[in-house]
Amino acid sequence: MSAGIELDNVCCDFGKFRAVDRVNVTIQPGEFFSFLGPSGCGKTTILRMISGFTEPTEGVVRIGGKDMRGQRPNQRPTALIFQNLALFPLMPIWENIAFGLEVRGVDKAARRKRAEELLALVDLHDSADKMVSQLSGGQKQRVAIARALAVEPAVMLLDEPLSALDLKLRQHMRAELRAIQKRTGVTFIYITHDQGEALAMSDRVGVMSQGRLQQVANPRDIYNNPINGFVASFVGENNILTGDVQSASGGYASFSTAIGTLKARLPDTSVGKTVKIYVRPEHIALTEAAAAENSVPVTLSEVAFEGNFITVHGMTEGGTRMIAEVRNDGAASVPTAGTQMHMSFSAANASLLPDSATTGA
Amino acid sequence: MQDLFRRYGKGLTYTILGLTFFWLFVLVILPDFKLLESSFRPYLPVVDIGGPLDVYSLENYGDILGNEVPFSVFGIDMMIGARVKVFVLTIYYSAIVTAITFVLAYPLSYYLAKVVSSKSLPTLFLLLFVPLWVSEVLRSFAWFIILTLKGPLNAFLMALGVIEKEIRWIDGYSPVVVTLVYAYVLFMLFPLYNAMQSLDSNQVEAAEDLGSPWWRTHWRVILPHAKPGIASGAVMVFMLSAGSLLVPAIINSPTGNWFTQTIQDIMLGGQDWNSGAAFAFMLLLFCTVTVTLAMRVFRVKLSDIAK
Repeated sequence: MSAGIELDNVCCDFGKFRAVDRVNVTIQPGEFFSFLGPSGCGKTTILRMISGFTEPTEGVVRIGGKDMRGQRPNQRPTALIFQNLALFPLMPIWENIAFGLEVRGVDKAARRKRAEELLALVDLHDSADKMVSQLSGGQKQRVAIARALAVEPAVMLLDEPLSALDLKLRQHMRAELRAIQKRTGVTFIYITHDQGEALAMSDRVGVMSQGRLQQVANPRDIYNNPINGFVASFVGENNILTGDVQSASGGYASFSTAIGTLKARLPDTSVGKTVKIYVRPEHIALTEAAAAENSVPVTLSEVAFEGNFITVHGMTEGGTRMIAEVRNDGAASVPTAGTQMHMSFSAANASLLPDSATTGA
Repeated sequence: MQDLFRRYGKGLTYTILGLTFFWLFVLVILPDFKLLESSFRPYLPVVDIGGPLDVYSLENYGDILGNEVPFSVFGIDMMIGARVKVFVLTIYYSAIVTAITFVLAYPLSYYLAKVVSSKSLPTLFLLLFVPLWVSEVLRSFAWFIILTLKGPLNAFLMALGVIEKEIRWIDGYSPVVVTLVYAYVLFMLFPLYNAMQSLDSNQVEAAEDLGSPWWRTHWRVILPHAKPGIASGAVMVFMLSAGSLLVPAIINSPTGNWFTQTIQDIMLGGQDWNSGAAFAFMLLLFCTVTVTLAMRVFRVKLSDIAK
């Protein structure tokens, strides 16, 4: 049993501050949907409005097609996993997991049995009688998931649940969460400021900034075809070059910039306008000789060897900083700072985008 | 200790330690010890003190048993010493006072710790503190006035038509209980407030999110968390109530004697410090036993209370 969610023109004000501004999105039953954004962008408020702890100032939240106005959190078919997990430290693990069943009047033997099944589901055998304080961070995480699953929610809400874990565990739990979601078929709504998490786990991602939903798309489109400058620079790195449109034809345009004339994709023609061009660091090639297209001579200012790739910072003659990421294939020599080289990119990989959307998505 | 020396130097550290020792040992332990010692000796004319009659015995402690009066508990009638009766009732009504302060303080402390906005908190605390600025004597007299036969409470109830004839409130133990509750409710409130404040609000929300109605959230999440606070509040209120002299002295009725009054009568009225000391130590011992038992029953450790 899982349900879809509809946010219909949802707004939330805290005094004069508008935390969430006219958000419209429909989340399919069984979907893994992430809200991605910097802290303070309103994503947690959205989660609290779905779970019922905060009422929208305007607009309607529908779960499974049902208007949720006036429904308390204990009346909604949602289960929330808190950022700090909020496990009950004074109850043993199995009582934590079975708490939702206890509330529903399930007898003790059945509760215990269900708790053990759920512990098996999250790969935590033999922990039923331990206390919360005896578990590691990753194990607590699993208990929180099991506790939420116990009430058989139609929608699972997760508020940055992995942020307290270390990197290795976090990556492991990503896969785990995704697997649990696939196994149970429950709609997952995931809140995070970590783009890696959002892109790796989600069916679709909604990128938020300043209370507004900027773009909703699958992870590939979010990364490859960001709708505006905010999405482009928040999700992944980007080189931002400012220039004036000189001419445009066939979806491409020439720009005059401080570092010369460049070519980039252009969605709609607007000759003479000052615009920003976005190029991903991994799309920038580093060569000793100048390349045919969009080639800029630079002096390397900083070279960081990161293992699987090398981040190279270059400075153009005009003082524009550019970043390239070069894959470490094990053979090529690592360039050294101070060398003169050329950075280039293909026009297909450079896109022109408007600044952040105040126009809404 | 090394830390103290480093921070304050030798002179100051020894002065502080010395003063603390003086206060604790000379002003608290020694006098109590002297009292304990004299509680085992008979009350004698001055000339016989130190003489052949001045020997240690438990006679003073046995004095509590004499002068039997009828007493019934759980429907069983029996004869017990008049002083034992007062003793038992003092412990019993102190427990009642403790229970009432808990019932009053629990919702209030939850409200202060978790519901009210931090902006209005100082004002509310001020309102709670203001009555403490008035001395306990005045507060007790105020209740005496409120509860007297022709007092404002009866007048008010008659004006409302709730009662037809004045009720004699100052009868039995109720006026003492009412006034003690009023005097000591804050000693329950603050430990409870502290305990509740340390509860992660997410746990309350998590319980609600899992479908829990408010009463179950309190029973399973908030109350267990607040247990150490309840315990330290209960110990304070119980000990203060059982040991209170001022309140029962001001507001007692002929049928509502407090054991501290018995002790006072013997010590100051009868000038028999030996028996008075024996009774005082019995009260202390019994209160300590009661508290220890209660802590066992509710599974609270002393270290929890110290928090």
